[in-house]
Order: sequence, then C-alpha cells, then structure tokens
Amino acid sequence: MTSVQTTSMTADAREALDRAGFSRRDFLKRSGALIVTFGAAGVVSNLGLTSDVVLAQGINGSPGTALDSWIAIAADGRVTAYTGKCEFGQGLFTAQTQLVAEELSVAIDRVTLIQCDTALTPDQGTTSGAQSHPANFNTSNLALAGATAREALVQLASVRLGVPIGELSANDGVVSAMSDSSKSVSYGELVGGKTFEIQLNPDARRKHPSTWRVLGTPVKRLDIPALATGQYEFVHNVRVPGMLHGRVVRPPAIGSNLIRVDESSVQGMPGLVKVVVRKNFVGVVADKPWQAVQAAAKLKVEWSAGTTLPAQRTFHDHMRKSPVRDGFTVDSGDVDATLASAARVVKATYLYPYQMHGSIGTACAVADVQGEKVTVYSASQAVHPLRNTTAMLLGVPPTDVRIIFKMGPGCYGVNGADTVSYDAALMSQSVGRPVRVQLARKDEMAWENYGLAYVVDQQVALDASGTIVAWDYAGWSPTRGGRPGGNAPGNVVTGFLAGFEPQRFQPRTPAPPPQGGFDNGSNTAPSYVTGCVGTECGGCGVVKSERVLNHTVESPFFTGPLRSPARLQNTFAHECFMDEIAASLKADPVEYRLRHLRDPRLRAVLRAAAEMAPWDVRPSPKPAARRTGVVTGRGVACVLYEGDNGYCANITEVDVNQDSGVITVKRCVVAMDSGPISNPDGIRNQVEGGTLQGVSRALLEEVSWGTDRVTSVDWRSYRPLYLGAAVPKVESILLNQTDVAAMGAGETAVTVTAAAIGNAFFDATGVRLREIPFTTERVKAALQRR
Amino acid sequence: MAVFNLRVNGRSHSVDVDPATPLLYVLSDDLELRGPKFGCGLSQCGACTVNIKGRAVRSCVTPISTLDNSEITTLEGLGSPESPHPLQQAFIDEQAMQCGFCINGVIMTAKALVDQTPNPTDAQIRQAMSTVLCRCAAHQRIFQAIRIYVQANAARRTA
Ligand code: FES
Ligand code: FES
Repeated sequence: MTSVQTTSMTADAREALDRAGFSRRDFLKRSGALIVTFGAAGVVSNLGLTSDVVLAQGINGSPGTALDSWIAIAADGRVTAYTGKCEFGQGLFTAQTQLVAEELSVAIDRVTLIQCDTALTPDQGTTSGAQSHPANFNTSNLALAGATAREALVQLASVRLGVPIGELSANDGVVSAMSDSSKSVSYGELVGGKTFEIQLNPDARRKHPSTWRVLGTPVKRLDIPALATGQYEFVHNVRVPGMLHGRVVRPPAIGSNLIRVDESSVQGMPGLVKVVVRKNFVGVVADKPWQAVQAAAKLKVEWSAGTTLPAQRTFHDHMRKSPVRDGFTVDSGDVDATLASAARVVKATYLYPYQMHGSIGTACAVADVQGEKVTVYSASQAVHPLRNTTAMLLGVPPTDVRIIFKMGPGCYGVNGADTVSYDAALMSQSVGRPVRVQLARKDEMAWENYGLAYVVDQQVALDASGTIVAWDYAGWSPTRGGRPGGNAPGNVVTGFLAGFEPQRFQPRTPAPPPQGGFDNGSNTAPSYVTGCVGTECGGCGVVKSERVLNHTVESPFFTGPLRSPARLQNTFAHECFMDEIAASLKADPVEYRLRHLRDPRLRAVLRAAAEMAPWDVRPSPKPAARRTGVVTGRGVACVLYEGDNGYCANITEVDVNQDSGVITVKRCVVAMDSGPISNPDGIRNQVEGGTLQGVSRALLEEVSWGTDRVTSVDWRSYRPLYLGAAVPKVESILLNQTDVAAMGAGETAVTVTAAAIGNAFFDATGVRLREIPFTTERVKAALQRR
Repeated sequence: MAVFNLRVNGRSHSVDVDPATPLLYVLSDDLELRGPKFGCGLSQCGACTVNIKGRAVRSCVTPISTLDNSEITTLEGLGSPESPHPLQQAFIDEQAMQCGFCINGVIMTAKALVDQTPNPTDAQIRQAMSTVLCRCAAHQRIFQAIRIYVQANAARRTA
C-alpha cells in the first residue's frame, strides 16, 4: 500500500511495536547491538572503553528497563534513537533525526527516530516552551547520547584496527584511519553479534557546528511527502480493531452542573452503545461516528443554570478589582523615589484579550481500556505526565497506562489534546472497548484553556537628557487550570467535569521579595532593565531602578499556555510603550532602544533587522502624514524570548486605510539568533508562520462571551487570518552563532509581531493603539479621537 | 440506513449508512482514507475538501444521499509519496506546511481552481483560497507552491 508506517494496532500495541523492532528488548534478542543508556541502570562509567570494559558492561542476562535507552546501533549498522520531544509541525522529528545522523556520522536514512511513547522513550516531560533545542541539541540528552555512541564506536575501532583514536575518523557509518583508508571497519562489523550497553558519557564531545554536514543544512522534512499526499497517520487516523466512537455532551454554560440524563431520549437509536456519565461528564458511545453525533444531539440532558460571568466589556477592570496572587520578577526598592525625582514621567496601560489555540482540526484521541491495561493514542505534548493523570482519572496504577504519541494538528500549546484523551479514556473504560473521540468544533472552542488576557500598567522616569532611569511595571493576568502536569487532571475541562478540581488559586499579597535569581520566563520584565536579583543581573538593559510586579487573578475560563504565553502579551506592552517614550522625546525608536540595551546579541538582531529593512532613521510619527486615505508607516520591536531562549527583532511596514480602519501588514523583516542553527529552512518556516500567526492575533483574534458562556464557538465567531487575506512578505535574517548553546526558535517571532504592527500604525497615523486586537472598529474609533 | 455506491479515486465502494451521513464520515470512517480531514464540520475551514467533477466540495456538509455516481477524488487520489502529483510535488519542494493538517483542503481547493481556471491570476488564487484556513499560518509558502504549480502547468500546456 504505502511506504508510511501503518502501525497495526492490537489491544497490546506494545507487542506490536516490539514486533516492528523498535524496543530495546528486540535489539537484545537479535544478533547484537550497542546501546547508550542513561539513568540508574548501572554505575556510570566514564568509559575507559577498552574492549574489556565494554564487555564488562554487557548486559546479557541482566535486567534493564526499556525506558532508559537513547540510541541503539544494530548489527547491520542501523541506528534507532528514542526521544521524548515530539513533532507538532515545527519540524522537530526531522531536526532530531539530523542530530542523530550528525553525531553518529551516518546517513540520515540510516536513522529511525522513535518519539514520545511512554513504553519506549525517555521521559522528557512536555514538548513545549521552545525547550526542545535547549534540552536535546546541546551537551546533554539526545545529543550527548549520539556523541557517546560515536566515541564508543571509535574506541572499539581503535582496538580492532590497532590505530590510535586520534588518527581515526568516522564517516557514513565506517571508522577509518585518516592516513590509510584501507584500515577501516563499519559500525555493523564493530557491533557484530555482541551486545554492548554503555552509559551516557557526560564527557563525550559533540561535533562543533563548523564541522557539521547533516545538521545545519536545510534537510527537507521527512514527513512532508506523506502529509502532502494524504498518507500520514495523524492521531485522527488511528484505527483499532473493535473501535467504537464517542461524542461528548458538554454543559451549556460555565458552572452548569448535571441534574439528570434522560437515557430514554436516545433509546433505540441506531448504533448506540452506551450513555456514559461521570459526575458532570456526559458522553455517548456508538458504533459509528455519525451515529454518536446524532445520539449526542438527541440526548436530553438537564443542567443547572450557569454562573454569571464578569462582563467582557469591563473584564480588564474586573481583573484589577479581583483578589490577587502577587509576585515580583524584580524590585530594586528605589523605584518610587526615582519616579518622584524624575525630570519627566511617562505612563500608559496596555490591554490584551483571551485568545484561542484554535487548532485547525478538533482534538482527537483513541483509548483502549481493558481492565487495568490502558493504551491511549494521543497528540498530547506531554505523554509521560498524561500517563499519570490518566491513571488518576481511571483509578489504575500509572504503570498500567501507556500513552502513544501520534501527531495532531498544530497545537501551539495546551489545546484540546489532553482533554480529549481523557474523554476517550473515560468512555472506553465505561464500555470496555476501544473508543475514538473527536471533538465538535464548538465543544473544543467553548472549553479550551485560553491564552491569557492581560492588563499592563507601566511608567518610566526620565532624566533631563531623556534617558530612562526607572521602569515600573504592574501586570494583571488570569489563571484557572492549565497543563494537567503529572497530578492535576482537573486543569482541563474533562478532568474537571469528571470530578477533579483545577489547581487551586491561592491569593497572596503583598508579594514576597524576589529571590533565587532573575527569572524572566514570562517576559514580564522589559529588555531595558538590568534585571538584578541579589547580586546577579540577568536583564538585557541598563535601567537600574526597576520594579516588575505581577498580579495573578482567578479566571472564569480555563487558561493555559498558548504560543508565547504571557511573553507575547508583555512584549506587546513593553515594546509599544518603549516606542511611546521614544516618540515623546522625538528620538529614533531603534537608536533609543540601543541606548538602553547592553546585551550584545539583542543589539545585534536589532541592528541586523534595521540594516536589512533598511530602517528609516527618524522619530515617529512620520512627519506630515495625511489624515485621510491610506498612509504608511514602519515599526520595530525586539525581545530575548523567555529571558534566555532566543533573540528576535522585527521591523514591520504597514498600510493604514484611515477611512475603513483596515491595517494591511505589508512586510516584516525578522532577525533571529537562537544559537547554532539545526535546519535553516525549518527555522525560516517557523519565523514565517510565527510572524503571520502574530499578525492574526494582533489584528483579529479575541475570545468573546455572554452572561454565562463563551460565544466564540466557530470560525465565524472567532475569525482568524484566512488564506485569502493580504499577508506581509516575511523576510528572515538568521544569525547563526556557532559557539553558543542552541536555543528555541518556535515561539520567538510570534512574540514581537503585535508590538511591531502597533508601532508601525503609530508611525503612520500618530495614534497609539493600546488594545489587542486592532480591529477595524477599534482603529476607526482611535483615529476619530485624534 | 441505505446502500450507496460511490467511486473514489478510481475504485468502487458500496456502503450501508444513514442517508444523512456526511460524505466526510464515509470517506474517513468507512473507507479509512486519510486525506480528507474533519476541521469544523461547518463548511468554514476547507479541511474536508474533495474534488467532484473538477470542483472543490466540502465533504463535511455533503450528505451522502445528495451525491450522484460521479468520481470523487481525494488527496491520496492525486498521487503518492513515491509519485506525487505535480501540485503535491510543489508543496514538497517548497516545504509549504507546518503541521500539514490543513493541506488536504489547501491542495484540493487549489487543484479544483486550476482545473477550472488553468492560468489563474494571484487575485483569483487568493479568492479561491479565501475560505480555507491554515492555523500554522504557512500562507507564504502555500501561495508560492500554488504559483509554482500554476506556472509549470501553463508551461506544460503551451509546450
Ligand atoms: S471540515 Fe469541512 S469545511 Fe471545515
Ligand atoms: S500547516 Fe498546520 S494548519 Fe496549515
């Protein structure tokens, strides 16, 4: 049929995969293998690795868990690597395959990568936060496993060939003497019929990026041919023998509780298998998906009235008045005094709405609960944590649960993947057969873990020369639930409906003094402050008098990480405000930023973007702009994502139609520095997608609600950037830094887009937009106030 | 329930389903095809698009009973990983996707456009794609891939 891996799913899928030859047990059963492991399986040896040592570490006959191996090289030289970081459309499957091929010095088609399966792969937590590169591409984990294996093979070859290690090189799966290529031996020959288990060697040396041949090149995504031809197996395509189909029936309103289910309302409907109820969770299981849809629509369910929600129009004020949990990112203690003695003070407030992940496909999972044996096919970003919380939900030990990752649509954070895994698990447990569930569009959108709304108040003190001498930030953002992690199934809607509480919100005020170093993980501190906590200063800027106070309040809706969580909201506020300050001083926005930045890499991306644009050096707004018709402007924004995970600067050009209120983003020049680049085309794809997603979020996206329920429930009531829309040309500049650590690149570009657009709008019109999204109504209203 | 005969990607099938069943459910559940996707079920995103008589049809809102016996083409009917259709090849060459979940709708909509309008202008391409959604925002590469296909197609026609 197809060349794509079609996992034949049996009740015991573990054995199926074993048969497919991917488990370590399988390697050991076969003719031999060299396996790099980590963890507590044995005493860590620093690998003197004479052949005696290797044999001494052979594990024939000794038990070991299948979970701790990173890389295995079979007797035929094929490499299998195991990773706990998975593909979500960001290209990570390909990049990790490149990494393994590079460190092992084999061709990329010799590598099989097994990703995110609790029975087979290491527990690497969650694939999120642009943390996959920091975790797997530096000097630990997958990268280190590759280097360990290569060094071990070279050492074996040295013994075999009688050539010193320093005179050997590994290429294409063969180790040979540099001076005499007749002296060579392949990996397959080295492994032969023997089994070597070697511990991850913390001293193994990775190849320097200057010597890379596979990594660092624009290898084409390995999964795209199957995706482009409809052969790829998404979680939606998983089919298990005997599988039934479930449909959830969610409450009509927030806070509604189940009063009664009238099962007779669906009696005799074709294909109906069971109505499943657990506390407030209601679902219908049927033979076929359309039958489940029909039965769910017909099922009579009585619910109590919902709670009255705070009005959307005044929600930002509602947050200010709510009980808070306070924390400082930084507090130098002298901000009030500096403000009091300032030559001038500038203040402004920025607002951000709730937004959705809004994945293109609704979430789907397949669960098979046979007594205490549970298998779930899930597109979760967090297979190992999900294993624990699924066990809690079902009341079985976690060791009986296996979560197998299968890709879903782009998730951009905690979308419906976890919650639908619970939906499927609950229904499968109830009927004792495998159940597939795909959510209805409205059921996903009305109950998502939304991205955070925000209020940001800022003020700065300026000295007589116009230099910022104090920066004062206070932000309010809501929270409820979030990622389930390892112990909170109630953090997403299904777990909550089934009786688990979301993580509890605990008010706390005043904020304790900041401690434990500067942590700008949510980008609450602007780039322009020194970021000093204790004796260490981790900020990118020069402003010493600094206070960043965060107020968390309780959210009426579930919230959770959405691409660049909090970081986008805060960067919008900081970078537009910085622009306001520069404008008030008639200073050029790029030059004014540079005046307050000391981090050389942030300065470099800013300069690179300005040079490529090229940046028109002058203050904003553009002089003598007309007040009607179409005007143009340019704006800038920059950030060090998460305070330590990727530099980015964006220069954006917009057209503003002052009559219609339409902003058209024409061009975005985006400079990125995330350390050594694994795949330049992959990173460009991330920059383009991130920037355009940023345009959609800046101009269009906002979750809306009524008295007791969310009203953004489809693509008309939550309208993003369609393919027909006028979109900017995104030009990326990649600064490849080969002597520093690899950082993330997936969430950086989206972080600066809104601010750059807002600043370009101001440049074009002289009007400051301080609330996202920049809808045409909002734009027209702002222009009218001018 | 009723029996319906349909031809999909050159093969005949017969299914016994509720006449109101949307075509999408038949394609993905009964026939286990992976190309057409459920995105919204509301004709708002395009993910479920198939081609019938050279036109882009949203299978999520097309009851099986409303179809005549016309050939239905899905994404897997255009080509395979080993031998992709030129339009699919353009998407592979341009790496024109991220998660790829939308790509069925993108390619099947573009294919119908070019079948109907062999040499569409940029404005016509935009118009045709204006109700198709890509949440990863791969717009730039998607348009590039479609343009490359259109140009190659025009060149083939004049050659
Ligand atoms: S699934 Fe048919 S248009 Fe969205
Ligand atoms: S590539 Fe993910 S939705 Fe288009």
